[in-house]
Amino acid sequence: MAEPVIRVAGLGKSYATAAGLFPALKGVDLAIHPGEYIAIMGPSGSGKSTFMNLLGCLDTPSIGEYWLAGENVAHLGNDALARLRNRTLGFVFQGFNLLPRMSLQDNVALPLVYAGVDKETRRAAARRLLDKVGLGQYAESLPSRISGGQQQRVAIARALVNAPRLILADEPTGNLDSHTSEEIMRLFGELNGEGITIVLVTHEPDIAQHAKRQVRFLDGRIVGDHLTEPAPC
Amino acid sequence: MLKAMLGEAWLAMGANRLRTALTMLGMVIGVGAVVIMLAIGQGAQYAVQQTISTMGSNLFIVLSGSFTTSGVRSGSAGAPTLNVADAEAIAELDGIANVAPTHQGTRQLVYGSQNWSSQVIGTTPDYLDARAWNVVNGAAFGDSDVRSATRVALIGKTVAENLFGDEDPVGKTMRIQQSPFVVIGVLGAKGQNLDGRDQDDTVIIPLSTAQRKVFGTPFLGSVRMIMVQAESAEAMARAETDVEALLRQRHRLREGAPNDFFTRNLSAAAESEAETTRTMSILLGAIASISLLVGGIGIMNIMLVSVTERTREIGIRMAIGARQADILTQFLLEAIMISFAGCLLGLLLGLAIALGINAFTGMVVVISGSAALIAFAVAATVGIFFGWYPARKAAQLDPIEALRYQ
Repeated sequence: MAEPVIRVAGLGKSYATAAGLFPALKGVDLAIHPGEYIAIMGPSGSGKSTFMNLLGCLDTPSIGEYWLAGENVAHLGNDALARLRNRTLGFVFQGFNLLPRMSLQDNVALPLVYAGVDKETRRAAARRLLDKVGLGQYAESLPSRISGGQQQRVAIARALVNAPRLILADEPTGNLDSHTSEEIMRLFGELNGEGITIVLVTHEPDIAQHAKRQVRFLDGRIVGDHLTEPAPC
Repeated sequence: MLKAMLGEAWLAMGANRLRTALTMLGMVIGVGAVVIMLAIGQGAQYAVQQTISTMGSNLFIVLSGSFTTSGVRSGSAGAPTLNVADAEAIAELDGIANVAPTHQGTRQLVYGSQNWSSQVIGTTPDYLDARAWNVVNGAAFGDSDVRSATRVALIGKTVAENLFGDEDPVGKTMRIQQSPFVVIGVLGAKGQNLDGRDQDDTVIIPLSTAQRKVFGTPFLGSVRMIMVQAESAEAMARAETDVEALLRQRHRLREGAPNDFFTRNLSAAAESEAETTRTMSILLGAIASISLLVGGIGIMNIMLVSVTERTREIGIRMAIGARQADILTQFLLEAIMISFAGCLLGLLLGLAIALGINAFTGMVVVISGSAALIAFAVAATVGIFFGWYPARKAAQLDPIEALRYQ
């Protein structure tokens, strides 16, 4: 098997609280290989959000090692983490998190601004990805003009614009109705079919069902890791 | 990238126009005050320099003393305490460029059917040098004219216009009181002096002629006034004390006895005028700096509000790869742009008011490029100084906290 995109070993994270040090994550080991489609499940407080923040290079671990695309990132500085978030990762959030004052095209192109790409290339790439998610005709609109499902598709286009090694999706269907959720999950399925690695955080079992592999968190530890069984017909 | 960020800063400013405009107001007033201050200050300096240059530079005058008859005091230059010999002695001192004894008064002039009342100055050729006054038509009289008391006259522009109209005055004979004088030259225009008196409404004749034919003197050779020009501005103070010491000695005044003459520094009047305007400039400068300070604090305040309001946006930007430096630059640019726009408006406002002051009060204003440069430098400094803290606060947000912020 190829070199894993993500490998964590003994990853732990503690937060200082009034009651002392609270361990949110207690030594997690996991490897994710290129082309995988993983759902991370678990109730709230299970440590899955902390784990996602660490995977997303938004936070640094208290203990343990994290290799992202072969690079040990556990002890990198702020700027290096920003570069990884910009070029190696793509984020999709529950609340879409588009910038309300910018056109869809500018929203999609924004990561390229921070990557230092010139304007023409930015515009072309944003157009191509908006077309890919089926929203090319709204390129000049503001996010408030389109529906939630459409906004999430724009957010996915933005996550893809810098050709990242993997997509991290945090409850991407949490704010959507079941029909729109299906559409978004179908889009993730297609992207995975093209070879893009996807890590999905959800607490809904039927959403997790779309992934190929399911990892279950409880009390800061991984308690289950298995391939998805085909849904019973 | 900077271009994209400037565009974003512009968008952010436009998102809340009223707030942006109110934030700018402090800068507008501050920079406007700076511009007006500089325009008026430089204008006053220019006006004083102009006036001094027409009066002649580094001049002071010595006036003869007063006398008292039956308790009635004559005022300065009433007593015949100065004479031509005093003037000649002063000329021997070091650091003196020109000495001109003068005797002056107002007399009626007559030419043909025209007559005109004007100031008549009897003096020596040095007078013209001291006051940097040149003859534009004809020629000046010389020392020989003073010695032989010839009846020749130099007339100012105003006199020429009123007495001779379109005629060429040179070579014509006019009368001062009853005595006929030949006009040998017309003086260059000088305009108003500090009191607003027309300096061109003047006739200059040889001192001896003035004493014998026009004014008469109590004693032969006595003069009312001696004009002294020092060689330089630095030599002024010394020249004044030297002249005073010399005259006291010549007049045999005992120690402790009061001077029987007065000295008066002509540029001092101009200086005091400049001082008034300078005080006004300082006042405006104080208003300007307070306004800029308040304006800067206003910018800082609004930027802090803006950072809080846009915490989530900052989180999103960080999540998709903005470095701390990018966030810092973005907010700093916004602060600088607000400051800059305020500065531009203030500059226009200041110019408009300065021109208005000039149009309505006639006060001289000087508008220079350096004023604009100073204003812009101030704006950039204020923007950076007061924008730095909020921008740094934005850049140091924790991305996770920022993303979670509602």
